[in-house]
Amino acid sequence: MKSLGSIRRDFAPWSDPQAKPYIRFENVTKRFGDFTAVNNLSLSIYEREFFALLGASGCGKSTLLRMLAGFEEPTSGKILLDGQDLRGIPPYRRPVNMMFQSYALFPHMSVEKNIAFGLKQEGMSKADIDRRVAEMLKLVKLERFASRKPHQLSGGQRQRVALARSVAKRPKVLLLDEPLGALDKKLREETQFELMDLQQELGLTFVVVTHDQEEAMTMADRIAIMDKGEVMQVATPAEIYEAPNSRFVAGFVGNVNLFEGSVAERTENSARITGGSGAQILVENAGEAAKGNDVAFAIRPEKIRISSRKPQDAVNALEGEVYDIAYLGDMTVYYVKLDDGQIVRASMLNAARIVDDPLTWSDRAWISFRPDAGVVLTR
Amino acid sequence: MANVSASASAALPAEKTFLSRLISGFTGRLLILVPYAWLLFFFLIPFVIVFKISLSQSAISMPPYAPAIDFSEGISGLWAALRELSFDNYLWLTEDPLYFNAYISSVVIAGISTLLTLLVGYPIAYGMARAPASLRPTLLMLVILPFWTSFLIRVYAWIGILKPEGLLNQFLMGIGVISSPLVIMNTYTAIFIGIVYSYLPFMVLPLYSSLEKMDNSLIEAAQDLGCPPISAFWKITFPLSLPGVIAGCLLVFIPAVGEFVIPDLLGGSQTLMIGRTLWNEFFANRDWPVASAVAIILLLVLVIPIVLFQHAQARAQEQDR
Repeated sequence: MKSLGSIRRDFAPWSDPQAKPYIRFENVTKRFGDFTAVNNLSLSIYEREFFALLGASGCGKSTLLRMLAGFEEPTSGKILLDGQDLRGIPPYRRPVNMMFQSYALFPHMSVEKNIAFGLKQEGMSKADIDRRVAEMLKLVKLERFASRKPHQLSGGQRQRVALARSVAKRPKVLLLDEPLGALDKKLREETQFELMDLQQELGLTFVVVTHDQEEAMTMADRIAIMDKGEVMQVATPAEIYEAPNSRFVAGFVGNVNLFEGSVAERTENSARITGGSGAQILVENAGEAAKGNDVAFAIRPEKIRISSRKPQDAVNALEGEVYDIAYLGDMTVYYVKLDDGQIVRASMLNAARIVDDPLTWSDRAWISFRPDAGVVLTR
Repeated sequence: MANVSASASAALPAEKTFLSRLISGFTGRLLILVPYAWLLFFFLIPFVIVFKISLSQSAISMPPYAPAIDFSEGISGLWAALRELSFDNYLWLTEDPLYFNAYISSVVIAGISTLLTLLVGYPIAYGMARAPASLRPTLLMLVILPFWTSFLIRVYAWIGILKPEGLLNQFLMGIGVISSPLVIMNTYTAIFIGIVYSYLPFMVLPLYSSLEKMDNSLIEAAQDLGCPPISAFWKITFPLSLPGVIAGCLLVFIPAVGEFVIPDLLGGSQTLMIGRTLWNEFFANRDWPVASAVAIILLLVLVIPIVLFQHAQARAQEQDR
């Protein structure tokens, strides 16, 4: 899979066997009473990486972050940072800083004092603190608000203060807990890119927790998809999207059509999958699926073509009826009910303004896709 | 025609809101009237009566001061009475050092007691605020529980504990810590114990309410930025609980200055507090005018600094905005 690496920049230490992980979770388990928040989890994060922990609420992603910050100790297993075991080191001695979801700005201190707080703890000289605070204010474009109190700022400005405060000490790792969660959509999109620029500029390792897949896809070098205290897949955004390793990951990120069936025929690369109603799907890159396995064929809606007549050249073509249409402006989503009852979602980019012979409700339609358009999932 | 009806229908909702605003304005005013009426009848009018008595002369009569206003003579009687009023009683207070000393000693005793109450109350409130949420209502009830018995009985109970043959001395001698009983009764120590005990809930409740609503992530953020827990307490928790500290201190200090029962029962005869002086003037000397003057001065001693303080605070908050 040549094109599924990091598309953002030439940076892929995880595929280099020589590279040493910067943060390493080794068989980490965390229990709160009977509840297992994190279950025997191992994970490597590399220096200068922008790493995202993505999952629904309660999946253990925040617990993982809090263990890294030192607010929780793992029940078993260990966490290494730059080769050092973090067990027993209190939060105030760890070389990591956290940006809190609630921002946790000190309400009785001005913006300046908030940013200077961590530097004062370090025993930095007054002149150095002033210089660093000015630098941070400039970085987050809040020079004019230095003497304001947090309650006099807007939500976006508070977010920037929290960010400035957490990077002021130049931590080895910056932890961000839902950093954009409290912002409105437009501001969130702008801030995503600012965060990425900031990370590049400062050369820090970022670990961000989020439940917003778009946010994780946009910002992160790699994403760990978490569910019930376990990591389901760790990969680049493109890999997660185009080559999910399980039904869960495929369904969690983006939209997907799953065709359940079993492998009827297997060659070196390709496989023929037979669905329950006898539908045949030919797939390239069938991975580890062996003949006779129960598998799911996963294909994204935008990789399916829809037409009113059976396409002549298509290897995979299935017939059905247009069940529903959602016109979204930039694209149109068709829901096609196949003859075996399954509903398939296919999206078409509206590249032209005017379409001849458009499909409409209850029309007979054919969906087709290339043999390499989807993946075979065994899990 | 169409125009007219359109404008009429447009005006209708406006009138409606005006009317409803008038009604809501009226009920709003009625609501604020209630506390004002309360203050008028139970603070301002009694204050004026006491102030008037403080300007009178004591007399062997009923009531024991002159002049009394003779309402049968109408306005002229009122004028005649007002003409005889004087500030002699206030001058008398400045001539006898007893009163000045009593005021000073009351303020000092109340101040020390308030500080002690804060020192005892803060850890209690902090512990309550940090307790599991399911336990907090119970703890809160335990703090309020002493109010269910009479204040007087509780102070009497302390006599039983503190007196030379009391529970405390018996216990300490029993375990061999001391060989002869400690003298606590009829000392200032007993007064401090009594005040701290009696007023502790007034300190704990406002402290608890300000500590309880504090966001724990602030403490975590402070620690995350390199601040050890004790230092985080002084830099974050304590400054943010200041409104509770101030409210608690005022709630303890103000009644403690004028406290009469505790110094009288636990402090013995030689303790000098303005509450006792006041009582003596009223009931031992039957000098109502001087007693009233003492009460008026006590009120001024308490009210003026508090008003100034609150004014300064309101101003500081205004500047913050």
